[in-house]
Amino acid sequence: MPVKTLTIDGQLITSPAEQTVLDAARLHGIKIPTLCHLDGVSEVGACRLCLVEIAGSNKLAPSCLTAVAEGMAVTTNSPRLQEYRKMIVELLFAERNHVCSVCVANAHCELQDLATAVGMDHVRFEYQFPKLPVDVSHDQFGIDHNRCVMCTRCVRVCDEVEGAHTWDVAGRGHNARVITDLNQPWGDADTCTSCGKCVQACPTGALFRQGATVAEMEKDKQKLAYLVESRARRASK
Amino acid sequence: MSRLRFATVWLGGCSGCHMSFLDLDEWLIDLASRVDVVFSPLADVKEYPENVDLVLVEGAVANDENLHMIRKVRERTKTLVALGDCAITGNVTALRNPLGVALEVLRPVYGENYPDEPQIVPVLLDRVQPVHQVVPVDYFVPGCPPPASRIKAVLEALLDGKTPVLEGNEIRFG
Amino acid sequence: MDLAELNEVAESERSRQKPMRIRCCTAAGCVSSGSLAVKQALDRAIVERGLNDYVQACSVGCLRLCCAGPLVQVDPSQELFEEVKPDQAPTIVQSLLARSASDGVKRGNPAMPFFAKQQPIVLENSGIVEPERIESYIAAGGYRALQQAIREMSPAEVVDAVTKSGLRGRGGAGYPTGVKWSLVAKMPGAQKYVVCNADEGDPGAFMDRSVLESDPHRVLEGMAIAAYAVGATQGFVYVRGEYPLAIHRLQVAIKQANKLGLLGSGIFESPVNFRIDLRIGAGAFVCGEETALIASIEGKRGTPTARPPYPAEKGLWSCPTLINNVETFANIPPILNKGADWFASIGTAKSKGTKVFALAGKIRYTGLVEVPMGMPLRTIVEDLGGGAPDGGTIKAVQTGGPSGGCIPAPLLDTPVDYESLQAVGSIMGSGGMIVMDQTTNMVEVAKYFMEFCMDESCGKCVPCRAGTVQLHRLLTRIAAGDASQAEIKQLEVLCDMVKHTSLCGLGQSAPNPVLSTLRYFRQEYDQSIKKGRISLI
Repeated sequence: MPVKTLTIDGQLITSPAEQTVLDAARLHGIKIPTLCHLDGVSEVGACRLCLVEIAGSNKLAPSCLTAVAEGMAVTTNSPRLQEYRKMIVELLFAERNHVCSVCVANAHCELQDLATAVGMDHVRFEYQFPKLPVDVSHDQFGIDHNRCVMCTRCVRVCDEVEGAHTWDVAGRGHNARVITDLNQPWGDADTCTSCGKCVQACPTGALFRQGATVAEMEKDKQKLAYLVESRARRASK
Repeated sequence: MSRLRFATVWLGGCSGCHMSFLDLDEWLIDLASRVDVVFSPLADVKEYPENVDLVLVEGAVANDENLHMIRKVRERTKTLVALGDCAITGNVTALRNPLGVALEVLRPVYGENYPDEPQIVPVLLDRVQPVHQVVPVDYFVPGCPPPASRIKAVLEALLDGKTPVLEGNEIRFG
Repeated sequence: MDLAELNEVAESERSRQKPMRIRCCTAAGCVSSGSLAVKQALDRAIVERGLNDYVQACSVGCLRLCCAGPLVQVDPSQELFEEVKPDQAPTIVQSLLARSASDGVKRGNPAMPFFAKQQPIVLENSGIVEPERIESYIAAGGYRALQQAIREMSPAEVVDAVTKSGLRGRGGAGYPTGVKWSLVAKMPGAQKYVVCNADEGDPGAFMDRSVLESDPHRVLEGMAIAAYAVGATQGFVYVRGEYPLAIHRLQVAIKQANKLGLLGSGIFESPVNFRIDLRIGAGAFVCGEETALIASIEGKRGTPTARPPYPAEKGLWSCPTLINNVETFANIPPILNKGADWFASIGTAKSKGTKVFALAGKIRYTGLVEVPMGMPLRTIVEDLGGGAPDGGTIKAVQTGGPSGGCIPAPLLDTPVDYESLQAVGSIMGSGGMIVMDQTTNMVEVAKYFMEFCMDESCGKCVPCRAGTVQLHRLLTRIAAGDASQAEIKQLEVLCDMVKHTSLCGLGQSAPNPVLSTLRYFRQEYDQSIKKGRISLI
């Protein structure tokens, strides 16, 4: 197996050649915040939280999409990166209606954890307070667009792991929304297999199991990664 | 040494943050020995006084009385601490914001007889705002409510003349 | 089709031409002010006067002085008629026989600096050839360069010629075209693509539209030469849906070129195959970004993806793909016809050739200009453009659209080349040039462009999707006089963040109009703050 030697935050690291900077860092206990990344599905580099500095480049690189390279010197946590990350999380909180105290995912939410991780104690931007719908037409699950961060993990897990491609994105800019089928109510989406992978993949309380109340919606991301890994193992046999 | 002139203010919130403050239990006795409580919903004072050193503000700015109050508080206070999620984010108090302006919220609830007697019922603002979007805030203590230990950490630092630093899980909404 | 047959087509076209030609502009600008009716009236007038054997009226492309349309120009006298109305057609035809001084038809001056200081390469056929007739293009020397490339040059020689010419991408970023071509040429793989980016979307920019409407075959020829050079067999023109006339003329041109064997299978009786299809954009500005454009051609949602991998490596359906802008391809035939050295002799050391600009805004002569690189901005706006109208003074010139910046009047001596424009905080961009006079509020300008970016953000990455919303809100507050000094600071901090963290060029450059107006017109931001403070008290 070809390997690359690089430094991440000054730490000398040897990593398989095909690995991303994010994977290499995690393997060595260096935490880089992420939101759109989900083990088991493809990377989109959309949340921009995992941006890192690479010596010799004046552009920040998404560590989830950057392959390790020989002699690469990566900085994951400069003051500048910390400040950018904090602003990104603040922008997310200001964008929709994230009310932790009444959310099904309270205490089990990646966005809430991110706010803690980046040290966000208040939001410097004006809250947008958009009027957004909640769709509970599905008989088991629901989507609350107030809590969606547009990470598209649901879209990818449905397409790549379940193979149903019920989810997609419609609209653009701040009007972009995840949709089911051709923007039909979820309950009418013929392609949905009700497998629930999207609910497990969702980092916030946007996708939830009906009946869950405040702080009850705990998600199990390991299951998805395990499923993808087991399939890969079986395929290689 | 002169004692700190200390106040707490209750704007648009559920008083849960004040409850959490009361959860400081016996430490409140220590606090009482170090500060003069010059204004608080827990004290019988009608007018927010001048020259307050430190105030904890619970709740969002939801009506004209809140707005008037918080401006006065800011003018008359050295250090203003936003206490809890309503003060910092709008939180539950601001849940009405996506529904539209004040009237669009009042009408479905009260019909045409919504309360609007001036001088009797404070007039709702069209949009609930977190405190820092109305006046400058010095420190933020998130939580719904912030646990007593978090409030204590901040107060202890401020009483000692230090800058309170909340880190890690001490900065947590919800 | 071989060279002899090509010459035959050219010869028969030339013999068909009458001694006098009345060229009537039928590009979108003049069409919208009624030039089609003018053309019909001219046809009628010629018949009525019995001049069929001596005079013909032809529908040509852009005659460039858009503000004076509908434009009509006469060969061989070069007499130029402006703001022509259909009922003036008999008078124009009459004037060919006997010139009368005051016949009520407005005459333009073809020797005015607007025309005289231009150096048409890309636009050399614009307003001369008939865009819907391939014979007209061939008579003007068209498809000669393709013939030469395929029959007389190796693909590597073509790439070398383009590299030697020093041509850089005309879409805005200025990447060396030859380098891009050689990257794609070197990539392994049987399937490669050539894509023409005709998704022109900057507010105020209409260069590519004019080129496509005026001389579509030149772009197709450039693409075919590129395909031969890099080894592609399939091409796409991605053209925005708001350009129906350009789409129509491209469709006609592709059909004609296929019929004559200049596109399709066995071009110039060689084993070279190249097919071109059109893909019509659905109105998203971001699809001009190359990775979003690729996604859109593939039938997916038009959102950008991270680079690397670059399209040269992994583009359409993961195959090596060459993407160039309309104007870049339009430069290719003359480079082969007249030689790389000739092209490299025009312009500056690092920016070769010419650049087409769409002159618009507070300026006397609006329209299309093509000038050599390195010409001072002042020459363009004051000499060619005639300066601000109605005794106004020029305050700033905006280049590069929503990705560019505002260059203030004291810097008007800046030469127009990639590096100089960047040094003053703007970019070359695709060629939009909007002139602003003393009445323009620069905070409003920044706000306008931010609103554009906010609406056009695809919504994929957080900084662009949510950051542009907050930037727009701050600019709205500042413009209204509601903001505090702290909010200007916040504006700067957020601009820095959006610029450095956004996924694609749209977000990365969205703060540019704000940053450049902050740099040169800071006092206008500060003034709105003071104003706001006073009105609050």
